[in-house]
Amino acid sequence: MKEVKRRKKALSVSPLKTSQTIGATLAFLGVKNAVPLMHGSQGCTAFAKVFFVRHFREPVPLQTTAMDQISSIMGADDNVTEALATMCEKTSPKLIGVATTGLAETQGADIRQGLHNFRKKFPQYDDTSVVMVNTPDFAGSFETGFALAVKGLLDTLVPTDKAKPNSRKRQLTVLCGANLTPGDLEYVYDSISAFGLRPLLIPDLSGSLDGHLDGADFNPTTTGGVSVDELALAGDSCAVVAIGESLHEVAEDFGERIGLPCYSMGHLMGLDAVDDWLMLLSQLSDQPVPERYQRHRAQLQDAMLDTHFMLGMCPVAVGGDGDLVAGFSRLLQSMGSEVAAAVVPANNAAIRKLPDVDVMIGDLEELEQSAQAASARILICNSHGAESAERLGIPLLRAGFPQYDVLGGFQRCWFGYKGTMQALFDLANLTMTGHEEVAPYYSKYSQKQDQPVAAQRAGHH
Amino acid sequence: MKAKDIAELMDEPACSHNKKEKSGCAKPTPGATDGGCAFDGAQIALLPIADVAHVVHGPIACAGSSWDNRGTRSSGPTLYKIGMTTDLTEQDVIMGRGEKRLFHSIKQTIESHSPAAVFVYNTCVPALIGDDVDAVCKAAEERWGVPVVPVDAAGFYGTKNLGNRIAGEAMVKYVIGTAEPVELSSERLQEAAERGIRIHDVNLIGEYNIAGEFWNVLPLLDELGIRVLCTLSGDARFHEVQTMHRAEVNMMVCSKAMINVARKLQERYGTPWFEGSFYGITDTSQALRDFARLINDPDLIERTEALIAREEARVHEQLEPWRQRLNGKRVLLYTGGVKSWSVVSALQDLGMKVVATGTKKSTEEDKARIREIMGDDVQMLDSGGPKVLLQTVADYQADILIAGGRNMYTALKARIPFLDINQEREFGYAGYVGMLELVKQLALTLESPVWEAVRRPAPWDSPNRIGVPLNPEASPAAASTDGVKEAV
Repeated sequence: MKEVKRRKKALSVSPLKTSQTIGATLAFLGVKNAVPLMHGSQGCTAFAKVFFVRHFREPVPLQTTAMDQISSIMGADDNVTEALATMCEKTSPKLIGVATTGLAETQGADIRQGLHNFRKKFPQYDDTSVVMVNTPDFAGSFETGFALAVKGLLDTLVPTDKAKPNSRKRQLTVLCGANLTPGDLEYVYDSISAFGLRPLLIPDLSGSLDGHLDGADFNPTTTGGVSVDELALAGDSCAVVAIGESLHEVAEDFGERIGLPCYSMGHLMGLDAVDDWLMLLSQLSDQPVPERYQRHRAQLQDAMLDTHFMLGMCPVAVGGDGDLVAGFSRLLQSMGSEVAAAVVPANNAAIRKLPDVDVMIGDLEELEQSAQAASARILICNSHGAESAERLGIPLLRAGFPQYDVLGGFQRCWFGYKGTMQALFDLANLTMTGHEEVAPYYSKYSQKQDQPVAAQRAGHH
Repeated sequence: MKAKDIAELMDEPACSHNKKEKSGCAKPTPGATDGGCAFDGAQIALLPIADVAHVVHGPIACAGSSWDNRGTRSSGPTLYKIGMTTDLTEQDVIMGRGEKRLFHSIKQTIESHSPAAVFVYNTCVPALIGDDVDAVCKAAEERWGVPVVPVDAAGFYGTKNLGNRIAGEAMVKYVIGTAEPVELSSERLQEAAERGIRIHDVNLIGEYNIAGEFWNVLPLLDELGIRVLCTLSGDARFHEVQTMHRAEVNMMVCSKAMINVARKLQERYGTPWFEGSFYGITDTSQALRDFARLINDPDLIERTEALIAREEARVHEQLEPWRQRLNGKRVLLYTGGVKSWSVVSALQDLGMKVVATGTKKSTEEDKARIREIMGDDVQMLDSGGPKVLLQTVADYQADILIAGGRNMYTALKARIPFLDINQEREFGYAGYVGMLELVKQLALTLESPVWEAVRRPAPWDSPNRIGVPLNPEASPAAASTDGVKEAV
């Protein structure tokens, strides 16, 4: 980190930030047969639902405690109890993940009391696990909400006294950050499997929101992801790994509590990050790195050479959640590109660890302004960056949440040597469409009859 | 084309290669030749003429794999970018329908594109089966009233270099001198009178406006009151080529490719010519001086010196930070022809050291000149080939290979920084301004972190990493570094 600039202005214009509540909800969506429940007014849930549906182009199970005027003032703990009971009755989910909103937290909701009452009144629903997290939108951001939910899942479903560390010697617990796409998760799963280890991804959006056709016509709960039973075995693994800096603290806490060795990775983009990842797996499994990955490594190196002509010294502006911005910044720096502007919605561990980049906590307006000031030639941002990119007259590479104006963006794999290679190709291609050429010069003496008349007149200087 | 005509083109008295047994247009050796054919050379030399329809008469291989493949830029028409070929079929060849197809192709071209002229490039197959391309062109021109110029450049006639000359020859024979220049406007004349200067007409031969780089230079000529009648052939128009005979001076830019044009214009019209280049500060200034010297206008000479002083001061200042980064870097330069001279000057302007250079096509005199410019310890490479190049880079500890695009992947595969200076490149390096682009591209590749990344062995192959105990990464950044208490 060179410097983290905090926001100076009152108004957030074209916000980059997504709420903690939504982050927590996404984490719950990575558990099998789960339904997230937002404790708040129904609008909170409706907005979140649209946000996810547009991004994943999938139906998304999501419920609300539907706080109204009376419960907002008089107390809404009963709404929690009622909502849990109704959901259990109608859809029998394996897990309900409760995330509070700003409304509930401001009101002073006691969600544990609501759960206590639910368990007392409805013992018939004891098979349904409930995980509760406090995720008001006036604190943190998408990534912190996600991390809180992951911590909630582990704290609730993996009690310390039940865990038998290293009893499953080939199992590896992987805590997967908020900005890992289903494609990234598949890479993580495949690469761990390739070393003869059994990956336990928590949460696992690649099972639920990867966009697959199911046997059933309608599913009231998530159709895939890590099951509650599998999750309960997370403490039996040989080690725990966190991917994405926003989960490092959660992984360390968990490792310490259970007694598991803990390893922390950033996003697995770029030669160095992927090298470190495969090296870790090789050492954990005591297996050599498969030929296939060595081949991919050589392909990436070749791609790095081919693309360095375009990407070297190329100023790029990056906006998004901290883990994502850190991942892209490291990738760009490894190519000799210039991280001309880096804007994140909230402070996080990833950006504090980033060498030689000035990171700004801000919004898309600030991203646009700093991109302009630094003459950035490419913008990396979510779909909200499209307007900024157009005003800047530069191309946009879409990454992060939400991506509503492209198909397939949600599942793109950025990880591994191959994912990195494709990212480099795409970035390099974008520079070529915006390649700055020598502007045509129209000589005032020219015999050419096809020159712009205006330019002829302007040729005086 | 008759053998006699080819022999005549091979004998180029203005070319220094002519005097030695090692001719620039030497016969290719079967099994050990790279480089293009005469058709390639002819097409490359003329294709940048922007308002001409370039029709390739032959089966698909000639145009199919070579059209729209150049970095040359036009300030106006883009007709030159459209690939056109008669795409001869087996039936055409056997039944002798090639001429008919060509005639109809010319008609179609004129009707759908209204070109200023049509250039017809003859290729191997129609040359072999005896299509009378000259006659078809003549008939078509009479029929439709649009100039149709045959460029008889079958690949088997010889090398790319010969093709360049064939192209030049076609311009001299059919185009140059067929029209008069446009009169200067009264506005321009009045302006010149007010400044008390005379406007002089010149040509540039062998300037291709790669990546638009000549637009870095043209404003300087405008400022000096030098009118470019024609650049053969970058961003040229057919009419401009027609008027080339009226220039006071011709400049052979950077290449001997069309030296026959300069020589013939001198023979026929008495136009003096000089060889020069716009690569590098020294050469750019020299070229401007040579124009003034040959035009022999004392006022122009004075103004040229003032302009050179101003531009050199400006570019030297802008280059200073780059010079420090590039100073002392060692370069292996591998280019064909005279291009190497001009680039050497540019690199030396930056304090870089050329440790070796290709001399495959050089005569003894050329080699003497190389020693004169670069010192005695410069290595000369008589034969190219990837192995020799890479060995030389290793032996002379070169930091970078500068060569044509064909050698790019040789360098990259060997993990050696590379700069492309041939016609396919995307960046303009000419003129004082072009130097800034050149240094940027040099620094970009030389300083790129990717070289370290691709030379480093994989961690699992590195002896240092074996046996290193596996430690969890240190805890996240200490709280002390977290100086931000943001209301997030």
